Order: sequence, then structure tokens, then C-alpha cells
Amino acid sequence: MSDKPVTITPSSAMVRTLGLVSVICGIIIVGVYQLTLPSVNANKKLALERQVFKVIPSAKKVVTYFATPTGIVLAEGQDQPPAQAMTFYAVYDESNKLAGIAAEASSAGYADQVRVLYGYDVDKKAITGIGVVSMRETPGIGDKILTDEDFLRNFTALDVSLSADMQSLANAVKTVKHGTKTNPWQIDAIAGATVTSKAVGRGINESAQTLMPRLVPHIDKLRNPS
Amino acid sequence: MSAPSSFDEFLDGIWKQNPIFVMVLGMCPTLAVTVSAINSISMGLATTFVLAASCLLVSLLRSAIPKQVRIASYIVIIATFVTVVDYAIQAISLDLYEALGAYIKLIVANCILLGRAEAHAAKNPPLPATLNAFGMGLGFTLGLLAIGSVREILGAGKLFGLSLFGPHFQPWVVMVLPPGGFFVLAGWLIVFAAFRHISIKRNAQLGGVQS
Repeated sequence: MSDKPVTITPSSAMVRTLGLVSVICGIIIVGVYQLTLPSVNANKKLALERQVFKVIPSAKKVVTYFATPTGIVLAEGQDQPPAQAMTFYAVYDESNKLAGIAAEASSAGYADQVRVLYGYDVDKKAITGIGVVSMRETPGIGDKILTDEDFLRNFTALDVSLSADMQSLANAVKTVKHGTKTNPWQIDAIAGATVTSKAVGRGINESAQTLMPRLVPHIDKLRNPS
Repeated sequence: MSAPSSFDEFLDGIWKQNPIFVMVLGMCPTLAVTVSAINSISMGLATTFVLAASCLLVSLLRSAIPKQVRIASYIVIIATFVTVVDYAIQAISLDLYEALGAYIKLIVANCILLGRAEAHAAKNPPLPATLNAFGMGLGFTLGLLAIGSVREILGAGKLFGLSLFGPHFQPWVVMVLPPGGFFVLAGWLIVFAAFRHISIKRNAQLGGVQS
């Protein structure tokens, strides 16, 4: 047996300390969470509205809905989105008329997911504006999708009308090489930023292919909200 | 060894032991978020807060924490304040939150924090511990700002979002891309090393006889 003076900390002391530290930290976290929750939610709502107002300029009020394969439901009052739900926003103007629909599209870009919000014009059956929600594309190259006027002109009336059977788009949205756009459902890519342009096109196509067949048959329900 | 005054504790981190340029700690956020001056300041202040708050708590609990579980306790404490900052930034500005991204959560893995808690806060009373941590945090912030402003000026022609050179400036894009972080950091390290070299030489000349 060695007779070195070893101080042994009893396990109970360690457990007690860790318990104490955890309790203190737990209280701090819960307190701060409760304290910041209202402003975090307000910020999120504000950020969403700012995005929506950018793609649908006449917007005044934004109502969140879920689109499911069987129909559309109001998001308010739902604890969690139903299975396979897709979130979209019904946007109303000053006189409470349906000004358009906004929804999110996302696809892998050059660096990370490119998430855009697009505005859908119900009468034109076309996408009439996009805004970027988040991206990490190369500054000066990929982020031209925010500023390039030629590129943004693709989204003044991008055709997303449904085919006759109402199951999919009549023509898939597709990004084409710069300068070769001939049809209203094509997106003219930015020269030098093809990967990001394609991500936008692919994202919109995926989103619209799912959303439009679910949304268009029920559009009257949105026109006259009870 | 005489105990350093509180003010010295505070100044230590800003100059003599600057975490970025002298200790070369916390390189992950240093390289990643310094694409603009405002991001650098925000990241620096967030880190400063976590550093000061966790060092205060570690110092208060220092006699209650047994040696065997100290690292676990420190990490829990640091993680707590990182979470607090995470919520606070979301409440202040979502744009900023998006810009800083995962790096806010990664403050927890910043070696300055555990380093300070272990090397300083665990051995000192609350006041000097907090002051030292605060100084370290400010030193870190200044370091980030030094890198961030150079990158923003060269890479975007702006400082704090204000355009400096007019519309004809051709931005040096690589400076706001990841390689730019390494270039600018290396540049500053050279500057600081040169400073130190000169002052060591001068001290040697002056004090050569005495020592």
C-alpha cells in the first residue's frame, strides 16, 4: 500500500457540484428564453413580411397556410404542420383582396442551400417576383441573383400554369444558358453564375410542381376568406 | 510575484496577451466571420459577453467545483452563456443572426473561453477574473475588427457598409472569400511580430548592461 497523501473527492460531492451547476445554468437558459421569445417571434414575423412585401409590393396582410395533398388549411391554431404539408402565404392588399401567393423554394447552390421566396400571381398564373431568403453564394458572382437586372426580368411573368389534368405544371420551370431563353417558363441564367441560377430554377420548379396542383383548385377559398 | 492591479488584468488581454495576435487562439471565428467590420464587432462582443459572464460564474463557484469535474462544469457554464447570446442575437436582429450563422454556437468551442476559465478564472476572485476576461474579450474584438475592416475595405470597397471609393471601385473579391481571411491574418501577424522584434531588440540594447 502506498502512503502517498491522496485527497479523494467523494463521488457525492462531484454529483452535487454538477447538479448545482446544471440547475444554475438551466435557470439562466429558461429565463433568457422566456425573456427573448416575444421579440424573437416578432422579428421572425417582421423578416417574413419584409420578404413577402418585396415579392408582392401591394401586400398589406400575410396569412400563413399549409398545403397538403388533400387541401389547404390555415396555419393558425395548428400545433404543428400536418404530414407532407407545404407552407405558403396568402397575401392580401389594402382592400383585403387576394394580391398573390408567396412560397419558399430552396435548392443546393454553389456553396449552400439557396432559399428564395417567390410571389405567384393568381390571375396571370405566373411567378411575378423573387427575393432571396438566405444563401452563401460567392460574393460578386453567385449573389448577382439579387441584383442582376436581366436575371430578375425572368421573374416578371414566369409561367407556372398547370397542365390539363391539374397534376403538374404544364411546362417545367427550367434554367437555360444565358441568352437562349425562348419560352415564358424558362429562366435565362446569369453568364458566369450558372450554378446559382440553376439552383433558383430547380428550387422554384420543385416547389411549384408540388404547391400549384394543391393550391390552384382551392384558390377561391383564399379569395373569400371567411 | 506581486499581484497585478485590476487595470493591468484588464489591459493584458488587449495588448500583451492579445488572444488573436499574440496567443493565436480562437482562429475558427477569426477566419470565418471577419468578412465585414460589423460582423467582426458583433462576433467579438458576443464572445466578450460569454467570456466575462462565464469567467464570473466559474470564479464564484471555484471553491465548490472539485478538480475532477471542473472541465465538465466549465463547459456547461460556457455553453449556457453561448445559448443566452444565441437567443439575444435572435431577439436583436435576425439579419445579424443569419450572417454569423453557426459561429455563434461555435463560441462554445473557442479555446479562449476554456483557456481563460481554466488558467485564470478558476484561480482568481470574481473581480479580477471578470476584468481579465473582459479585457481578453475586447482584445479579441479589436483583433477581429482589425481583420474584418481590412477585408471589407479591400474586398467590398466599404467600411461598416459605407461605400469608400465610389462606384468605379473594382472589389478584390478574394479578400471576402475564405482565402482572404488567411492573407489578412498573416499580414497582421507579420506586423505584430515585427513590433515585438523591434521592442525586444531595443530592450536588449538598453538593458544589455543591467542583465
